Amino acid sequence: MNPILAWALPLALALLALAMLLTLVRLLKGPTAQDRVLALDCMYLNGMLLMLVLGIQYGSSNYFEAALLVALFGFVGSTAMAKFLLRGEVIE
Amino acid sequence: MTEQPLALWAEITIAALVLLGATIALIGSLGLLRLKDYYERVHAPSMIATMGCWSIMHATVLFFSLQGHGFAAYPLLIAVFVAITVPVTNIFLMRTALFRARRAGQNVPASVSQTVSKPVDTPADHS
Repeated sequence: MNPILAWALPLALALLALAMLLTLVRLLKGPTAQDRVLALDCMYLNGMLLMLVLGIQYGSSNYFEAALLVALFGFVGSTAMAKFLLRGEVIE
Repeated sequence: MTEQPLALWAEITIAALVLLGATIALIGSLGLLRLKDYYERVHAPSMIATMGCWSIMHATVLFFSLQGHGFAAYPLLIAVFVAITVPVTNIFLMRTALFRARRAGQNVPASVSQTVSKPVDTPADHS
């Protein structure tokens, strides 16, 4: 592996993992329910970026599908939970 | 990384973009943890969805385009998808927070929607 990317990509992975840890702290201690949903949405975004960086690291475009699925399920899950908190049911 | 080695400028650019995106993701998550109010905290993840996502997406496009298989545009799909869906989620979450704050009797602006929180005992004039 090239020296610059071999140094930069694990550092970026570590930064993204640390970011996911910070959102996990907010998810666990968030005072209200919408705080927890927001933290989960942010964690989905961080996980999607982690998948893209992993795809660069291993030189494989298979991680792209995983990132797309993470983004899709993050949107669906966060919107469904926000709708449930707002209206009491998801589909009315 | 079994493909052909990248040029030096490409390596530096990809490393800088990936590190920039990861740093912005860290700053956004730190803002989500550190800010005091929910209405301040809801702004922090938007940084990740805009600048962090687009930086790492550009690094991915550059990396896979220089592998020798032509221009790889498919990571643009993720960025466009995130750019479309994140405002929808944020609008729902902000409406949720305001709705729950109104239900709890906190001092938040009143609803401007015509269908919510209208007085029940004043019948509308349908004549």
